[in-house]
Amino acid sequence: MSDVADRVKKIVVEHLGVEADKVTDNANFIDDLGADSLDTVELVMAFEEEFNVEIPDDAAETIVTVGDAIKFLEKNAA
Amino acid sequence: MRRVVVTGLGMVTPLGCGVEETWARIRDGQSGADRITDFEVDDLACKIACQIPRGDGTNGTFNADQWMEPKEQRKVDPFIVYAMAAATQALDDAGWKPTTYEDQCASGVLIGSGIGGIGGIYEASQTLIERGPRRVSPFFIPGRLINLAGGYVSIEHGLKGPNNAVVTACSTGSHAIGDAARLIALGDAEVMVAGGTESPINRLSIAGFAACRALSTGYNDEPTKASRPYDKDRDGFVMGEGAGVVVLEEYEHAKARGAKIYAEVIGYGLSGDAYHITSPSEDGDGAYRCMAAAIKRAGISASEIDYINAHGTSTPLGDELELKAVERIVGNAAGKLSMSSTKSAIGHLLGAAGAVEAIFSILAMRDGVVPPTINLDNPSVETPIDLVPHKAKNKEINVVLSNSFGFGGTNASLVMRRVS
Repeated sequence: MSDVADRVKKIVVEHLGVEADKVTDNANFIDDLGADSLDTVELVMAFEEEFNVEIPDDAAETIVTVGDAIKFLEKNAA
Repeated sequence: MRRVVVTGLGMVTPLGCGVEETWARIRDGQSGADRITDFEVDDLACKIACQIPRGDGTNGTFNADQWMEPKEQRKVDPFIVYAMAAATQALDDAGWKPTTYEDQCASGVLIGSGIGGIGGIYEASQTLIERGPRRVSPFFIPGRLINLAGGYVSIEHGLKGPNNAVVTACSTGSHAIGDAARLIALGDAEVMVAGGTESPINRLSIAGFAACRALSTGYNDEPTKASRPYDKDRDGFVMGEGAGVVVLEEYEHAKARGAKIYAEVIGYGLSGDAYHITSPSEDGDGAYRCMAAAIKRAGISASEIDYINAHGTSTPLGDELELKAVERIVGNAAGKLSMSSTKSAIGHLLGAAGAVEAIFSILAMRDGVVPPTINLDNPSVETPIDLVPHKAKNKEINVVLSNSFGFGGTNASLVMRRVS
């Protein structure tokens, strides 16, 4: 597992209060991990903070699974 | 109008988490005041407060994780967590868990707060200034709004009836119980979860209330002596935190399900001073009128009141004005009346005060015990009324009145009676 994936999963566990083993690449924040629309906004903010990157709203809308977040951040984070 | 009774009690106070835990310490004459250690106080005029004892939940300590999931706690100010704790206790005590759609729609919430999420507003302001708008959390607003205490409680317990909140400064808790009782009396609900909650102990609130010259500043080295209602050396109130919540229920509804009935809410009075934003009217007229309205509504004579839980905040002006208003209203019966201020022990819980004090009044009736006004060494004025200095005393109590007066000149009195 990449360093980015580790960090993403740690944030998801902390913010959504879910077990680490549920946070798989395919896990959908809303359908699988119990997030609501506000949780997903906060998650994106937490990714921005952790990776020191700006995630525009149109990009944020495409991040619906843990894997989407990892892919986006691997590509865009410095 | 339909009769309204109290069937459940819950509280978190500076003397503990739980009704019996707090009440035992109140009766014992303990103080919840201490030096503030959670934040820098060196530059504040007031360096003390009555803070909730935190711990693992044993021995009356407050463990937030028992009442709200950690991931939810993170999103809200503590006043919401306190409300969840007190409401859950009260509903458990009442044994009321509405599961059918009909029962859920007949059960409502009316929980208020004086200043709500002021601590979180302060922190989010710092985030906005230092790091910009993109760092302000989506939970900032919903976690600070006063009615979200009731919102969270309704979601947790499936309460789909009337959902309202009161914001009347230090009268909030009394207004919430009185207004909720009326909703039941008028038939809008069968059960209401009602009370007040407050988490005001932070640098901004202390600075603000100190600027109003409302807080005690002369007892920073002896915190437990600072809250001393009616004493000649009192110099302001001591800030407290916590929540008080009761379950109110229509009398026949409670009887039909065999619920334990603590008391009946027989009177509720409201008035406005129309005088000053922070000072009580100099003739005590507002206090007098709200007590008179509650007594009239109760259909009793003022001489029937056995115990008054006073607003009595330990401010130089307010205590004596309330005392004079009470003397005026009870007249010749003053000599048989007991009146104490439990703020001497737990400080001033602002929007939660009226609810917590209504519960103490109910427990005084239940146990036949008048809670003391601690630190009352030398009363500043003479009165025929027993102010219950230092020690609790045994007394048969059948009718109680609880007073709350708030900034803005907003007053509320509740009258409750034992149900035989």
